[in-house]
Amino acid sequence: MRNQRIKGIAATLLAVSLIAACGDDDKKDEGAKPADCETTTPVKLQLQWVTQAQFAGYYSAVEQGFYAAQCLDVEILEGAVDITPQTVLANGDADFAISWVPKALASREAGADIINIAQVFQRSGTLQVSFKDSGITSPADFAGRKIGNWGYGNEFEVFAAMTKAGIDPADVDNVAQQFDMVGLLEGDIDAAEAMTYNEYAQVLEAVNPATGELYTPEEFNVISYEEEGVGMLQDAIWADGARLASDAAYKDTAIKFVAASLQGWAYCRDKVDACATLVTNQGSALGLTHQTWQMNEINKLIWPAADGVGYIQPESWDRTVQLAQETKNLEGTTVLTADPDELAYTNEIIVAAHALLEDLGVNIKGDGYKPIDVTLTEGGA
Amino acid sequence: MFVVSMALVAAAWEAYKKWGPQDGGEVLGWKILPRAKDRVMPHISDIFSRFTDPLNRASDETVLEVVLKGVWFSFRLVLAGFGMGLVAGMLLAIVMTRFRFAERAVLPYLVVSQTVPLIALAPLVASWGGKLELFGWEWPRWMSSAVLGAFLTFFPIAVGTLRGLQSPTAASLELMDSLAAPWRRTLVTLRFPAAVPYIVPALKLGAAGAVIGVVVSEISTGLRGGIGRLVIEFSQKTTGDPAIVYTAVLGAAFLGLVLAGMVAIADAVFMRNRPKEVDA
Repeated sequence: MRNQRIKGIAATLLAVSLIAACGDDDKKDEGAKPADCETTTPVKLQLQWVTQAQFAGYYSAVEQGFYAAQCLDVEILEGAVDITPQTVLANGDADFAISWVPKALASREAGADIINIAQVFQRSGTLQVSFKDSGITSPADFAGRKIGNWGYGNEFEVFAAMTKAGIDPADVDNVAQQFDMVGLLEGDIDAAEAMTYNEYAQVLEAVNPATGELYTPEEFNVISYEEEGVGMLQDAIWADGARLASDAAYKDTAIKFVAASLQGWAYCRDKVDACATLVTNQGSALGLTHQTWQMNEINKLIWPAADGVGYIQPESWDRTVQLAQETKNLEGTTVLTADPDELAYTNEIIVAAHALLEDLGVNIKGDGYKPIDVTLTEGGA
Repeated sequence: MFVVSMALVAAAWEAYKKWGPQDGGEVLGWKILPRAKDRVMPHISDIFSRFTDPLNRASDETVLEVVLKGVWFSFRLVLAGFGMGLVAGMLLAIVMTRFRFAERAVLPYLVVSQTVPLIALAPLVASWGGKLELFGWEWPRWMSSAVLGAFLTFFPIAVGTLRGLQSPTAASLELMDSLAAPWRRTLVTLRFPAAVPYIVPALKLGAAGAVIGVVVSEISTGLRGGIGRLVIEFSQKTTGDPAIVYTAVLGAAFLGLVLAGMVAIADAVFMRNRPKEVDA
């Protein structure tokens, strides 16, 4: 008897778990399909991190129907702690990926056949932030101090700045930094790595216990690696090199995808608040003022774009590549051991995309772009 | 009792905040005492008051609603993972009991499987999402997290059940043999009931494993909707809002408690006819 009952209970448990498991169906937005598309091409885009204004251009291109107008059905895959976008791309799990240039080139040197087809961010947004009283005003002051970096390939500019200032990284107390700024505020780190659009804002959203008010920019020294001349290229759209060379349909998709993405970025340049609200509503737990700040700072990295948004400027590229070969990390190795071959980037796609955008009347240079002023609130609410 | 112990934990937390070293401390030269500052250890009241705040200005959901939704999402994954791990573990144990060579061949692999770090597997399994198709059924993304939960669940259940199925004495087994009972009959009437006291603790370990597997893989792969994802998102806010990350941590703890409660109920049901005290 008892066995019967045990069987019954086990079966019920199993059934419950299966029902619970099946109950969750992924609801997909079908999106408006313009009538003149015979077929839509599904496209997967792998981001570097979870939804935030850093990727607003792609979200707005979905929401505003820019992809749909190019007959693309774009699915955005968020990043996470253990997701490496260029690896996802090289494995064929995504059609395009967003990645920083030095990291992607390191993967490329390791054998990933990927190619940069659009340099969305023209400038680097990396800072090193310290309290005024620490007296750290340039990378030359790093020697002997506790200097934070994130590792995972996000630290190259920090080491490049040290190398340029003539400091051996071994003479610096290099501290592995969390993705928050508590280390700086609590004095575990003298100068912390921060992105203009994220961690720097987090500091300015925190309350200074001494005053009971939010910290202000006047309380910090901010070193910009772009201004120090060691800025490396960051967010770029990467494509699969082999497919781009051999598959005409993929190349056509790449042109349309880049064009619609850049149209999204142009939209977010002009509609900062709408894009900040969009990414917040897309499920970012970070607050609305934080996303508005981030959107504004991201725009500063993209606009104005002298050669048109997304164009890969050879001088910035060469500087990035050169720094990646010269900068020694703690182990004495460099990011890259040799120059990447000429298939590491192409402006062919972006030039074709610009032609599409000019037909649509999109301002691709962002002449007269002016950033807005954003007032941060506690916790970025 | 649980309420009392919760109150004690809360009191200990607040007492440490009051009397503990504000800037952390050292014990025998090791810097191990945590800071008692508000930025590192927010007041319990701050943590709980965060639950009623809206998530952000663009949202009309409170933090509590968001956390509970995350718990519910992860809970279903945990159940799915636990269910799969339970079935897989039991089947393995039965096969290993039936065929001694299977035990010798398979058991080492089971042990090896548990030494593979979960975070190394997670991105791999996550990439099955949206790509793998089994008999026309597309592998959904959440299934990857459930599978990783199952991955941590099946091992204790397989090992515990195996031990339990092998626990009947030789005399009992010989009795079944002398009655010409087929193997399946022995399994159902003798081995399985004898295994129950071994299976119940294995279920507890398995349930804990399922929660860890699901939450860690959610963090690792960024699966949207679950409590693991909330932990990453909230920890990004921790500079300006130190209390909020604890709301997600409490959510994860609550999830673990629910699972533990379910296993305790199963324990009470399965073990109700057994003598409370077992002879040594």
